[in-house]
Order: sequence, then structure tokens, then C-alpha cells
Amino acid sequence: MKAIRDILDKQKPLFEKGGKFEKYYYLFEANETFLFVPNETTGIKGAQVRDAINLKRLMITVVVAMIPCLLFGIYNVGHTHFLATGQLATFGEKVLLGATVVLPVVLTAYVAGGLVEVVFSLIRRHPINEGFLVTGMLIPLILPPTIPLWQVALASVFAVVIAKEVFGGTGMNVLNVAMTARAFLYFAYPSDMSGDVWYYLGDQQYADGFTGATALGLAAETILVDGTQEVTSTLATTNDGLFSFWNMFIGFIPGSIGETSTLMALVGAIILIATGVGSWKIILSVFGGALGLGYLLTAFGANEFMMMPAHYHWVMGGLAFGAVFMATDPVSAAHTESGKWVYGALIGIITVIIRVLNPAYPEGIMLAVLFMNVFAPLIDHVVVQSNKKRRLQRATV
Amino acid sequence: MSQHIKLKKGFNINLAGKPQQVVAEADRSETFSVKPTDFIGIIRPKVTVREGDVVKAGTPVLFDKKMNQVMYCAPVSGEVVEIVRGEKRKLLEIKILADKQIEYEQFKEHSASELSGISREQAQETMLKGGVWPQLIQRPYGIVANPEDTPKAIFISTFDTHPLAPDYDVLLKNQASFFEAGIEILKKFTSGKVNLGVNADAEVSPIFSNVKGVQVNKFSGPHPAGNVGVHIHHTDPIGKGDLVWTIDPYGVVQIGKMFLNGVFDASKTIALTGSEVKEPKYYQTYIGACIDKLVEGNIKQEHVRYISGNVLTGEKISKQGYLGFYHHQLTVIPEGDQYEFLGWLKPTTSKLSFHRALGLLSFLNPKKEFVLTTNTLGEERAFVQTGIFEKVTPMDILPEYLIKAIMAEDYDDMEALGIFEVIEEDLALCEFIDVSKHEIQAILREGINLIKATT
Repeated sequence: MKAIRDILDKQKPLFEKGGKFEKYYYLFEANETFLFVPNETTGIKGAQVRDAINLKRLMITVVVAMIPCLLFGIYNVGHTHFLATGQLATFGEKVLLGATVVLPVVLTAYVAGGLVEVVFSLIRRHPINEGFLVTGMLIPLILPPTIPLWQVALASVFAVVIAKEVFGGTGMNVLNVAMTARAFLYFAYPSDMSGDVWYYLGDQQYADGFTGATALGLAAETILVDGTQEVTSTLATTNDGLFSFWNMFIGFIPGSIGETSTLMALVGAIILIATGVGSWKIILSVFGGALGLGYLLTAFGANEFMMMPAHYHWVMGGLAFGAVFMATDPVSAAHTESGKWVYGALIGIITVIIRVLNPAYPEGIMLAVLFMNVFAPLIDHVVVQSNKKRRLQRATV
Repeated sequence: MSQHIKLKKGFNINLAGKPQQVVAEADRSETFSVKPTDFIGIIRPKVTVREGDVVKAGTPVLFDKKMNQVMYCAPVSGEVVEIVRGEKRKLLEIKILADKQIEYEQFKEHSASELSGISREQAQETMLKGGVWPQLIQRPYGIVANPEDTPKAIFISTFDTHPLAPDYDVLLKNQASFFEAGIEILKKFTSGKVNLGVNADAEVSPIFSNVKGVQVNKFSGPHPAGNVGVHIHHTDPIGKGDLVWTIDPYGVVQIGKMFLNGVFDASKTIALTGSEVKEPKYYQTYIGACIDKLVEGNIKQEHVRYISGNVLTGEKISKQGYLGFYHHQLTVIPEGDQYEFLGWLKPTTSKLSFHRALGLLSFLNPKKEFVLTTNTLGEERAFVQTGIFEKVTPMDILPEYLIKAIMAEDYDDMEALGIFEVIEEDLALCEFIDVSKHEIQAILREGINLIKATT
């Protein structure tokens, strides 16, 4: 530790004002502050002591909360591969295959997005932000395992530049950065982001009688085909009961790398809520909103998809992952505490609307989050106005 | 009607170095100072003495050209030894070398029964001349009260919930009669009530319990439950155009002494606190005392920070520095200018955090006392975390939006979001817990100055 500190102290003057590498100061600063909490002290006036928390700690906590999803995703990519190709494999083989597929995606997202961060921080002379620790991990987890790496890189660059840096960097962005990356790919390269992309097959073929559909895809199809059976039994019979409720809850189903497991998302939710990093109000209200509209739709019951039990929405697709990790992004979510309830509930509701009532897209959480990101300032505005109003009324009394 | 207001929001910073309930003897400081910088409202300070002049306790040494009735007086008698100026000749300190035996400027003495007969004008004149007026603080803005105003109410908080805050029972021991006299005088200045905020979590001290003719309100909860700003917000909030005055109990006692004894008595008890003090205790001294004699031989190590006041709102002073006019506390904590390897990453139980991302298991040991250094423990970053300031601000105020309105210099929003209701101490906890390490209190003062300039 002392040795590292000595090296840094020796290099520091080169990067400071007037030094040879002055331009690269923030690159140095990022590395230095990563290794050491700086020796800065509080000012002459004001709070003389500070809370031990800092932004790095906050962000790394989110990364820790995502690790269960990542690990499960690695296993599940291998698991679904062997399931789809009809081969038997051991736990180790599944993990190994999953790792060779997933880790390059993670690495690509970090490197590509990280480079953009660095370039912007050097040009615009702002510190390199820790937010990318989280974004770089989120992007791979919401992409299909078959995604080409160049697309991962392109999406990361696009998202960091367009969703974040053009607004002024971390803390100023309107849209969730990772969701923007996914939306970009979804609309720019639809053939790689939807349809038959959720199983990693490698150079192998599906086993006989195995279909590459997802649960949401199957459910949406029931509307199109007359006289179909209930959604739940379609799900339960396809691919030998692959889409039973509990299978979907635990996550042994095809889907984006980190999104399939509701269970792991809940583990993440527990970490985020216990550490106070994620807003429990948002998480709870997303689930509540989806369930509420789900119940309402079963009451109408105009078609088989509407008749699907409401709690199925929780375990299908990326709702749980989106609720826990995307909706809770503090910057793009509603900032006021009462606004968070509305914000979350609407995400849940819109997700179900897009899933059930919209024929074009089988999954809705991505669009719901992005949509509500745009409306979050409006929700906050209403809350803030009511606060102002209270103050004004009081003044006249 | 007394009401009991229970506050849930807030945070007690539990620091090591609480003072024992004894008043110890220390050598008296040789020099004392009047610092115009202690009085936030002063715009153009004018010194009325020169180096070498001899003053008595209560002799005016300073006034503000913008509010020239208010005199700022010498706390002790002696010789003016130095007038310290800073950049652009800004007046920083007027140092006085104290006499062995203190001599006082004499004002008229009154018996307790005569107090009610004094008119507001008479009382005001004595207070302005005698140096006790600056104890009165005006809200909004948190500046020295303007004698030409009549506040709608006067607020006094009888307890202090700041970290390591001294106990008024010790500070004001045997001064109940002066407190009552002070209240009697203060009643003349307001058309409304004199409000006393008392701590519902502890027994009300006899100093405050016998006072008559005041509105008593009880408050309970974590810091900032003792802040007078919180009391005002919950009992008689300030809107645009409203004006209230606040004063701390020591100030009330001083006013009482001014009328009962006829002198500007600047003697006060202060608490020497903090983890680096060998034996934290109370000491008897005077306003504006040099701290050198107090800390001599009393501090565990060399590399420390001396803070006049508490760790949330206090001010860094040097080892030969002087206590602030409004401070009853000197805090000594370790200076934190060290690097810490991967300090942000390590799991730990030895650091204090309001956020559970660091203090996840702190609930296991709620009584633990922490030693905090002056390290900022992180770099300044953009605002990210939301909803957290509200958790330590027990008012119907959205601090995040208020701060952003100030940064954007949006006057209408500043007003509408409640800038009239808060001063630095009310948002000090926000500054403490801020993940992005902004200087919230400094930003707030900028906002207050902007608003003040427009009215």
C-alpha cells in the first residue's frame, strides 16, 4: 500500500496544473481515488466532519446487488443451451459455456463505454464518473446471449454519448443509460434483439420438437390463434413444462442474460433495499402496478392473454430485473418521495399495457422505463408545486 | 396551550468526547477578541477604538455603518493590542489584552420587580449600547436583529442536539433569575408570544421551568430537534414578509444580567469536547476567549483541528484562535489529511454513516461512539442520490429542490421552496450525509444573500 502510494505521489505532479500530462489529470484522478480515499479535509466553515459514504461506495453496492443476476445468468446461458440442443451436461460444463459467452459481453460493454467516459472527461474536464461501474454491468445483463460483440460496443458508446454525456454527464441524464443502450439495439438491429435469439446455440441446432419462443412470445401468440387453450397450460406444456410458474420464477428459461431470474432480482432487491441504495417505494410500486392492471385485465378477460393470472407478469420477461435495477436509477427516476410511488406504479402499468394490449412488442418494461424517465420530471413538478402551495397557503393564514 | 411535537426525521451523530458534568478551572486566557466575521449580518464594520486604547467590559469597539445603533462591545476590560485585517483590509479581529481584575461599564441597575415598568425604548437603548443586542437573531436570513423591527414572535430553544453539545443545565447553573429577567425584557419587543422550545425527552431544567408568560412547546426526536428553526417551522412558520427573532438561553441570561446587575457580563461556561481532548469538561471563561490556555496540556496529540462550536456548524480556528461570539463549545477532533487505501470499498464497522450502504450493521450497536476526522471521505461529484436530504430535515421542505433553485439563482423558486425558513444549521445534516460532498451550508448562505439583496 505504501509502495503504491509512493508511486502515485511521485507521478502526481506530472498530472497537476503545469505538469507534463496536465491534460490527463482526470484519468490520473480516477485511478488515484479508486485506490485511495483522498486526503482532502473539510473547509473552514460548515460541516467539519462528513459521513463515510461516497459515490463510489454507493455505485459498488449496486454492482454487488447485480452479481447474483450475473452469476445466475452465466449458469443459465449454459443451461438453456444444453436444454435446447437436447444434450446432457454437468453443472461445470454449463457454467463454463455460459462464462465463455457472457464474460466477453461484459468486458466489451465496460471497455467500450469506459473509453467514451474517459475521452469525454478529458475533453470536458470533468471527473470520470463512477456511474459507469453500474451501467457497464447493466448493459450486458439486458442483452440476449447471442448478441454480436460489435453491437454491444456500439450500443454502449451510443448510450453513454447520447443518453448521458450530451446532457452533461452523470447526474444530469434524463434517460436511463442502460435502457437506452437496449432500445438502440432493439430498433437499430431488430433481428438480433428479438425473435429467435434467446437461446445460445453456438454452431448447434435445436433438438427435435424444441421451439425457441419465450414465455411472453407464447402468451402474445394466444391472441392471434383462435381456440387456443389457457395461457398457463400453453406455457406449462411447451418444451416439456419449461415455462411453469416456478421455473420462470427461478429463471431456468431463455431470455436476456441477467433478466430471467425473478429470484435473483429479488436477492438484488433485498441488497439494494437493505443498504438503502435503491428505493423500496419504486420497486414495490412497479410490482404493485403490474399486478393491479393484471387483475383488472383478468376481470375483463376479453382474450386468453388477458385471462392469464396477474402474478405471471412478475416472473415473465424482464419485469423484476427492470423494477429492481432500472426503475430505481436515482438520476432518471422521480426524485421526490411521493413521486416515486406514482413513477413506479406507472412503470408497472405501462409494462403490462405494452405486453398485453399492444400487438407489436411482446416485452414492455424497457419502453415503460424509458417512457416514465421522460415523465419523471413532470411527476416531481406536481409534487414540488403542491409543496410550494402548502407554504403559500400557510403564509396567508 | 403547550403542544408536544414528535419529530422522526434526523440523525444523531454520536461522537466520542462527551464532556463530564463538571466545571473545571483553567488559567484565564490573556487575550480576547471581537470578530466581526461572527456576525453574519454585518456589512460595513467600523472600528471605534485604536490599538493602545483602554477599554472596559461593555465599551463599544465596533459597529456596522448600515445599522449603526447596534454596538459590539469588548467582553473584558483591558488594552486593545491588535486590530487584525485581512485581504482588502477586511476587518477580522479586534484583540484585547485583558486586565487581571475586570472593570465594567456601568448601566442602570434594576430590581426584578421594576423590569415590567421599563419601556421598550429604554430597554432597547440599554441593550444596543451595552453589547447584548447582537444576541438577538432575525429570521429570515439569520442575521443580527434590526432594532427598528417588531417581530411577530420570539423563539428560544432551550436544548441543543448538535453533536457533543453542552448541556444548558451546566452552562446556566444558578442563573435562573437572570433568565427570567431576560424573558421579561424580551416580551416588550414582540407583538406576539415568546416561545420556549423544550426537550420532551428529558426533564425540563429548573432554569426554564419557572418562567411565566411564555408559550412552551415540547419537542422530541433526533437532531435537529433542538434547532430553533425546526421549532419555528412547526409552531409558527415564517412566510414571506414575516419576521421573527431568535435568541439562545445564554443570550437571555446576558440580557437579564444587563438589567439586574447593570453590566455587560460576558462571562460564560463553555464545553471543551471531542475525541482528542484528554478530559472533556466545562470551563469558565469569557466571550471571545483565546483558546490557548484551555487546550494547553489538555490535548492527546498534535495533529488536530480546533473547532469553535460543534462539528456540524462550527468554524476551524487555530491553536491560538478565539472562540466565536455565539459558541458555547470548543471541539477538538483529529485532522483527516491522510489517504486511505481502498477506503471506500472495505467493509467496516468503525466508520459512521447515516447511509446503510456503509453502516449496514450499525443497528447492532446503536450506542457506539465514533471518532471522526475532518477527511471529506470522498470526492465532490454530481448530485445522484435522491430522497435522502428529506430524511434528516424534519420540516415540510424539499432541500434538494431548494439547493438546486439556489444554484440556478431562481429567486421565485427559492422563496416558494422555503428559503425564508432555514439557515445554515437547519441543513447542516444534509451537508454531512451528502454522498456527492457538496458544501450545502455555503450554497444556502449564497442563496440567502441573493434573496436578501432583492428585498
